[in-house]
Amino acid sequence: MDNQLPVVSIRDVTKVYNAGGGDRVKALDTITLDIYPGEFVSLLGPSGCGKSTLLRLIGDLIAPSTGTVLVNGKSAHQARLGREYGMVFQQATLYDWRTVGKNVQLPLEVMNYPRGQREARTQKMLRLVQLEEFDRHYPWQLSGGMQQRVAIARALAIEPALLLMDEPFGALDEMTRERMQMELLSIWSQTKTTVVFVTHSIPEAVFLSSRVVVMSARPGRITGIIDIDLPRPRVFETRENSRFFEKLTEVRERLRHDEVKVASS
Amino acid sequence: MAVAQALELEIAEKPENQRWRLALRRALAFLAVLLVLCALWEGYKALGAATQDKVPFTSLSLPVRADDKSMPHLWSIVGALFKPVQRGKEEILLVFLLRAALFTWREAAVGFVIGSLIGFALGVVFVHSALLERGLMPYVVASQTVPLLAIAPMVVIWGSRLNWPAWIAVTIISAYLTFFPVTINTLRGLNSPEPTARELMRSYAASNWQVLWKLRVPAALPYIFTALKISATTSVIGAIIGELPSGIGDGLGRALLTFSYYYITGPEKLYAAIIVAALLGIVFTFVIIQAERLTVPAQRRLAE
Repeated sequence: MDNQLPVVSIRDVTKVYNAGGGDRVKALDTITLDIYPGEFVSLLGPSGCGKSTLLRLIGDLIAPSTGTVLVNGKSAHQARLGREYGMVFQQATLYDWRTVGKNVQLPLEVMNYPRGQREARTQKMLRLVQLEEFDRHYPWQLSGGMQQRVAIARALAIEPALLLMDEPFGALDEMTRERMQMELLSIWSQTKTTVVFVTHSIPEAVFLSSRVVVMSARPGRITGIIDIDLPRPRVFETRENSRFFEKLTEVRERLRHDEVKVASS
Repeated sequence: MAVAQALELEIAEKPENQRWRLALRRALAFLAVLLVLCALWEGYKALGAATQDKVPFTSLSLPVRADDKSMPHLWSIVGALFKPVQRGKEEILLVFLLRAALFTWREAAVGFVIGSLIGFALGVVFVHSALLERGLMPYVVASQTVPLLAIAPMVVIWGSRLNWPAWIAVTIISAYLTFFPVTINTLRGLNSPEPTARELMRSYAASNWQVLWKLRVPAALPYIFTALKISATTSVIGAIIGELPSGIGDGLGRALLTFSYYYITGPEKLYAAIIVAALLGIVFTFVIIQAERLTVPAQRRLAE
């Protein structure tokens, strides 16, 4: 792994909101992290730990206060202009005047793909998320889980090397959520895309990830990185495996350790 | 899997017959209100006749006299529509008024289109430049607080100095009333997409132009149509008022003015003209509502 170039390389990044103002907030404090091709990395922590901020820095939706973020060896800004990643938010954020198919086509339209290619790619992606029959439906005709699958298809439509996901299953019920996790792993194994996944659910992070980055709040810091060496493919029974529970405990201890530190300081 | 998906799918479309039933119910409600209004009118007249225009059991006068000169019977208003406009002329009042309405509507429609385009353009400029919005918005608001009665003659005088045909001045006045609601609602609509919807476009490195046409304008359409429905009626009012100082004789403005001169001898004619003027605004608004139905799906329309 170490001899490969990282897809995401974060060096000494800090992010301060309202710098100079009275309500100055240090959201991220000297973050350094490398993410390698084909990895599934979760950013896990309590709310306010800056995990979404970190994801937005990788996507160049906001700029760091200090430090550098490289994506595919280029600056995050250059990578965004080169459309090198796909993004999925907590809300599906589908445009409700567009059909499911037209929503998936949106990034391809922006990139001026010819129509035939757009439609072929859309069919492929809808097949990947098992929604090919819903091409002509409107977003409001779909359940929350289906809408989020459309959002994933849209993010993958440009076949990016990197997929950024900001609590994508946070608004779903538990049953739908577990099914979506399985589907996401199946998509990930088919596309070989590198995934950076923000969540505050410990079981979700452990079940999905190859590495879990544990973060603490105020200021946002990385307090530990835990390798999840559970065998793949991960299946429903993985959640009942004793190794799974060991990993859950390890992550939970890591998070709790920080809390104790914060409480006593 | 397919069964599970079918179960997951919430059917949002209404069946065809249910839509018809809804339309029928709306039409019936409209008719019911119309009947109540007619009953109130005639009831008031009957009351006035019975009490010699006094509030019952008191010596107080009714606010409006109920005799046939002040409030003609509804049937005499309808009857007047089918009598000649003037003695010795063949054309009946209805045809005369409809022709005047069509003439006025043409002026209003041109003003409506020009005003809407200007309103939309201002909204687009303002959403891209906070500086221009801050600088110009006070004047946009102020433009609507100046009485139209003061502006209309001015526009007419300038128009005649420039040797424009009279209808152009009327159109400008109509556009002047139209653009304001369109500007305000376009701006609101263009700003309506949630932050993540904009971040999504940013993640695609979309140009401002693409963000405008693929996100902001489609999101704004329901807001713009709300403004267009308001503007459809105000453009007609603008055209009628504009006709008065410009000396245009073929439109509703002159008809209303003439019939109010002869109110004492034929009040039915003025009421008939008022009804036709109101109908013109309603029909114009209805046309806009139909256009909205064709472009904006029901789930996205703002409450009517």
